[in-house]
Amino acid sequence: MSALPLFLTVFVACLVEATEALTIVLAAGLTRQWRSTFQGMAVALVVLGGMTAAIGPALTQIPLGTLRLVVGALLAAFGLQWLRKAILRFSGYKDLHDEARAYAREVAAARAVATGSRGVVSDWYAFTLSFKGVLLEGLEVIFIVITFGDSQGDLGAATLAAVAAVLVVTVIGIAVRAPLARVPENTMKFAVGIMLTAFGTFWGAEGAGVRWPGNDIALLVLVPVIGLVSLGYALALRQSTPAADPLSAAAAVPPAAPPPAAAPTAVPPGEAVR
Amino acid sequence: MRARLQSFGAFWYDFVIGDDWRGGAVVAVALALTAVLVHSQGVNAWWLLPASVLAALGWSLRHATARKH
Repeated sequence: MSALPLFLTVFVACLVEATEALTIVLAAGLTRQWRSTFQGMAVALVVLGGMTAAIGPALTQIPLGTLRLVVGALLAAFGLQWLRKAILRFSGYKDLHDEARAYAREVAAARAVATGSRGVVSDWYAFTLSFKGVLLEGLEVIFIVITFGDSQGDLGAATLAAVAAVLVVTVIGIAVRAPLARVPENTMKFAVGIMLTAFGTFWGAEGAGVRWPGNDIALLVLVPVIGLVSLGYALALRQSTPAADPLSAAAAVPPAAPPPAAAPTAVPPGEAVR
Repeated sequence: MRARLQSFGAFWYDFVIGDDWRGGAVVAVALALTAVLVHSQGVNAWWLLPASVLAALGWSLRHATARKH
């Protein structure tokens, strides 16, 4: 298989995760204190680096068949989660993920907590908020990079895609200093869910001993079949949505990110950041 | 120590399985069945996992939306 589908899948998946991490980091930095926010981010990156250094080489020692079985099972389960969430959002059964709204919620929470210092960290809340956000989203990035890279035998392309995605989001984040509300995150999550499920199914079955008709060509059938069936589920659910109309829900999303000074009371109820 | 182990396990459960265990459970069972069919019956059951995954998605969505009606 060419490295391009691998690169694009990892790139888009990491773009989604990096966008979510950026929202949390911006909320902590702009409303609390940048120094502690950067400290939290740096510690999270060190922890993530350590985990990658420990897990990556260990995985290369596992026989490819076993690796594909385990990784395929994990990716398929993980992909189904993304697909399920994306379909429920598309059909109006779940609120659309909205970075502007998530940002406003984090800002409100950050403002409500008093400043407290611990050791070299002058604002413990900003530190932990940033640390947890970067660590959790970063774990998903590492999971995707290692599973895709190792199973496809091209860890370099997967890493490059992840680094590129993080860089793109970082540069845009620095430029606009606001959450990336215009990123079509729900659509990207739907597309990535299809890819994760398709790759997971392909590798998992191969690891279980299956020989796919047409070998790698089977992936070119699996991806559209999973995509079309998922779209069918989404359209069917959308027609049977009890009250919410997803189009009006999307229209209700503010067109731009709220300024950092948004009043905490303006935070609408909704789902958690993730 | 036990509480930490529990929270560690809960984190990974949430990370991989998420809101609904059905997807993960169906994937695990389908993979086990595929391996049995391939290795002990000699059946190249490439169709089993994709069909199970799509059925699991439908099952999970049906469960999630049934509660909203």
